[in-house]
Amino acid sequence: MLGFKITEIAKKRILILDGPMGTMIQNEKLTEKDFRGKEFEKHDIPLKGNNDILNLTRPDIISEIHFKYLSAGADIIETNTFNSNQTSQSDYKCEHITNRLNFEGAKIAKKVALKFKKINKRQIFVAGVLGPTNRTCSMSPDVNRPDYRNINFDDLKKDYFQSTKALLDGGADLILIETIFDTLNAKAAMMAIYEIEKELDLKIPLMLSATITDLSGRTLSGQTLEAFYNSVRHINPISIGINCALGPKELDSYLKELSRFNEFFVSIHPNAGLPNAFGGYDETPEKMAEYASNWSKDGYVNIIGGCCGTTPEHIAKIKQAVEKFKPRNPRKIKASFRLSGLEPFNLD
Amino acid sequence: MNAQKFINIGERTNVTGSAVFNKLILNEKYEEAVSVAKQQVENGAQIIDINMDEGLLDSEKAMQTFLNFLAVEPEIAKVPFMIDSSKWSVIEAGLKCVQGKSIVNSISLKEGEKVFLEQAKLVQAYGAAVIVMAFDEKGQAETCERKYNICKRAYDLLTKKLNFNPHDIIFDPNIFAVATGIKEHNEYALNFFDATKEIKKKLPHAKVSGGVSNVSFSFRGNNIVREAMHSCFLYHAINAGLDMAIVNSGQITIYDQIPNKLKNAIEDVLFNKNENATENLINLAQTFSGKKKVIKKDISWRKLNPKKRMEYALINGINDYVDVDTEELRKNAKNPLDVIEGPLMDGMNVVGDLFGSGQMFLPQVVKSARVMKQSVSILLPYMENQEIGEKKRKGKILLATVKGDVHDIGKNIVGVVLQCNNFEVIDLGVMVPAQNIIDKAVEENVNVIGLSGLITPSLDEMCFVASELSKQNIKIPLMIGGATTSKIHTAVKIFPNYNFGVVHVQDASKAVSVASKLSSYKNNMAFTQMISKEYTEIKQKFIKSQEKGSDYPIELARKNKFNIKWNEEKPVKPSFLGLKLFNNFSIKEIIPYIDWDPFFSAWELYGKFPEILDDKIIGSSARDLWNDAQKMLLRIQKDKLTVPKAIIGFWPVNSTNDDLELYTNEKRNNIQEKLFFLRQQMHRKSGRRANYCLADFIAPVESNVKDYLGGFVVTAGKGIEEISKKYEDKKDDYNSILIKSLGDRIAEAFAEKMHEEVRKTFWGYSKKEKFDNQELINEKYFGIRPAPGYPACPDHTEKKTLFRLLNVEKLIGVTLTDSFAMLPTSSVSGFYFSNKKSEYFGIGKINKDQIISYAKRKKISIKDAEKWLAPNLSYLNKQ
Repeated sequence: MLGFKITEIAKKRILILDGPMGTMIQNEKLTEKDFRGKEFEKHDIPLKGNNDILNLTRPDIISEIHFKYLSAGADIIETNTFNSNQTSQSDYKCEHITNRLNFEGAKIAKKVALKFKKINKRQIFVAGVLGPTNRTCSMSPDVNRPDYRNINFDDLKKDYFQSTKALLDGGADLILIETIFDTLNAKAAMMAIYEIEKELDLKIPLMLSATITDLSGRTLSGQTLEAFYNSVRHINPISIGINCALGPKELDSYLKELSRFNEFFVSIHPNAGLPNAFGGYDETPEKMAEYASNWSKDGYVNIIGGCCGTTPEHIAKIKQAVEKFKPRNPRKIKASFRLSGLEPFNLD
Repeated sequence: MNAQKFINIGERTNVTGSAVFNKLILNEKYEEAVSVAKQQVENGAQIIDINMDEGLLDSEKAMQTFLNFLAVEPEIAKVPFMIDSSKWSVIEAGLKCVQGKSIVNSISLKEGEKVFLEQAKLVQAYGAAVIVMAFDEKGQAETCERKYNICKRAYDLLTKKLNFNPHDIIFDPNIFAVATGIKEHNEYALNFFDATKEIKKKLPHAKVSGGVSNVSFSFRGNNIVREAMHSCFLYHAINAGLDMAIVNSGQITIYDQIPNKLKNAIEDVLFNKNENATENLINLAQTFSGKKKVIKKDISWRKLNPKKRMEYALINGINDYVDVDTEELRKNAKNPLDVIEGPLMDGMNVVGDLFGSGQMFLPQVVKSARVMKQSVSILLPYMENQEIGEKKRKGKILLATVKGDVHDIGKNIVGVVLQCNNFEVIDLGVMVPAQNIIDKAVEENVNVIGLSGLITPSLDEMCFVASELSKQNIKIPLMIGGATTSKIHTAVKIFPNYNFGVVHVQDASKAVSVASKLSSYKNNMAFTQMISKEYTEIKQKFIKSQEKGSDYPIELARKNKFNIKWNEEKPVKPSFLGLKLFNNFSIKEIIPYIDWDPFFSAWELYGKFPEILDDKIIGSSARDLWNDAQKMLLRIQKDKLTVPKAIIGFWPVNSTNDDLELYTNEKRNNIQEKLFFLRQQMHRKSGRRANYCLADFIAPVESNVKDYLGGFVVTAGKGIEEISKKYEDKKDDYNSILIKSLGDRIAEAFAEKMHEEVRKTFWGYSKKEKFDNQELINEKYFGIRPAPGYPACPDHTEKKTLFRLLNVEKLIGVTLTDSFAMLPTSSVSGFYFSNKKSEYFGIGKINKDQIISYAKRKKISIKDAEKWLAPNLSYLNKQ
């Protein structure tokens, strides 16, 4: 698949990932009517906020956002499918259109990518996004029943299986499992991918990105970065990185940590700082670019983009800032017998 | 490799290895089970092994539930998990609950390469490391060469076919028990060390692991020696390259602190340094045994406080001080009930745990129960209508031996064991009609009904009880137990009659966990569902096997009868014809004929006598029991507590096909009685064995050969039940069960003795024989004494004819119940066959054509024949 080309390019230069859909869509100030379109006029609950449905009802806006990021210099664009899984769509009673959301999401991105490539002669990659869903396999939503789970591995795997297939059918060049807050959710997605690979007899290029939710340096489900890394490295992805939740300042030390033991490419797409009192984000494009420049200079990154609050302007500045630096070299890792619980367990 | 890099894996969260953990999981006390895991981590386990392989569990579900509990405990979940099961489905269920990278324990080449690779591929996909056992299609590897070769083969398959990361491959080259007394086992530790070296040298990056506690298995009960052995074993295994091992993290003795003498003895065993190594270690072990000290006649425990004294008395089964201690506890307690719910129950909980974990054995437990019961009976008069708190009790169990049956040793043992585990037991005794069981169960609102029986007609009665419960819309689960009961019979015949839970219980130790499950409403649902799934499968399998089953006609079976050339035979005529009564036989003459093995197995101590008395594990328990038995025998003898009686008889006889005609005199023209036998009806390939029938051993009418048949009934006497009852009244279950189990042995020994007398004197067909007891037990003599109701002639109703022939009731006072069980229970009956070629066999399954023929000959209805021969029917008999 086309996505594997990233491996070759990433050896030569730092690749640029795009910015977020969510905050860009927010800026469009869309109304309930836009979300419903004609097809969902009669849907019995509000759809505003179900950003992914815009793939069906306002594809024009999604195309435009993709185009803006590409113009800003992105090499990889992410499909507008962060919540396109049945688990999340059930909040909007939209489970039944999950496949279409994924298919159309990939199709829109691919169309823009091809058009852009034709004009600018630059290879563009479409990353089919699998979000974490709104449930977690490793934690109980009920403090009185620690063993209770509101989602299980098999159901989640089935869900991801459908989504991934639709993304590939729609034209995604690779799959990006991102904002991983529970490694077990991600493992369900990985197992779905494994099954598709087996079924279709092909290899699917994959990027993984975890999210560190607070300053303890752990995922929401409690794993340290290295424990997470040990849990997922068997799938042999293109990259393992971090995104979302925190800004570049807070992620700085975690990026360095991840970079230290990562035998794959390292990606990072931070938020534009932490949300301020008005729900906005304060890091300016220049400030973000400064971090990006330092990280690149010191050899910590291979793929860089933005998450919540970043804009095409941020992406453009980041691209300028990192262009002149050489990409990081993946590490040959020393500790070879690697297990993990919440913490890593390594043995030479 | 050095000890610092050695990884220790906590073993306690394993239902097969830890009785405590097992109990917690079976009772769904997951929160407490979590604390077991926590202790392991606190004690330094770097990984914890989790195993839920217990027959009574839905292992997949238990694995998931427990892992879900652990996932939210950061202090535990910080370490990686080892998901341990012999069932792949359990492993996979576990892998779906862990976010970290775990170790799968284990896969192997046991079922061939295909299964191995499929499972390995999934391990890879789930992102786990894997333990591969040195186990292939031929079995577990014992020699170094086979261990290495299997590992090498697995390594090549994994790395070449699957591109499996070699760092993630861990081999388990099998740690087996040493010092077992079996010569072939002497090399086991050495083989492990050598195989470990080979693997580490030749299979790059692969690791080696093992379950260490296996090595010391023969020293169960002696923790000092066991721990020292583990420590020595680890020390040398780590030097050989062992990377990790499953150990009890809290309990590893420091190698340097093991006394030199013990260390040397252990190392001699591990390295098989000399022939006497095992024996030396066993001898030395006794001086290091912590347990021995407790057992010694030592009254220093009397200085403890009364609560502790009671606990001590309960654990050690000492009833000498029960009055004093109970009285003291009662005076100090606010309420006599507090004594029961406090010290007594606490003590019995310890006993229950020790029994459950194999550290105490049945005779000791029964003695403990005696202390408990006697103490309770002292307290009862002080209690005014107080009942023991419902909450304190695990449940109420009703036990009964079904109508027509009088055997109750097993049932009584189950009752005692249940009481030890805090169940309230209502025992209705023997020969209990279905309606009585039902009425009492309803009245007492019991949680479980336990039905027991020993003879085959009881199986039918149990079906009847079940169908009555259904008819009367009672919803209380049933436990089925007793010598002739089986899982398959329960599944095929009883289970379809009853929808509210029917479980077969193999022995007393199983009864506790089954009763616990059935008593808790919550568990009951899941448990009975699981059982019902299992039994439905067994039933369907059975029905399927019936469909394919034999339809071999009885006519053909008769043609393949066992042929004796009667023209060459000259049967010996007995020294008398008619009856001979022995109404005052001396116990002393019988005792040497006792076969002790069944006596010990009645007490769930399994082994050969007399070696069992020196068994490393159960020896001391067996010896105590044996000593008590000797004392009891002496008492019976001295005080003439029971009078053994016997009646024997001989008759002229000839066979007609499958039946015998017994004549009133040598003229052989007047038939006194007919005996009806059955014939094996399995499809025999021609030229192989015959289709046997007992009648084949008797000369046919048309041969004109004068043949003879003998019959006998012996009984240990009415005294057995009388003494037993007296002990029961004194709340002394131990002696009550002891005398009954001895009574059975006396009756059997008496039958053996009588048979010898018959062969040598009364019939006199084998005047010169001289065998010792062991040879008698091994049936070295010729001639047989099959009993009606047993495999060669499974129809109990023939006993009626035998009793008529011998005028049994009048002469020795033995009677028959509705189901043809004998009273007194300690009695034995049978026929004597004298032909040299006669032998014991089992009828096995018979077809409908034979039933029809049998019913016609016997002049009974087909339905009756089917009823009495239900266990032998090859077809399902719709009731």
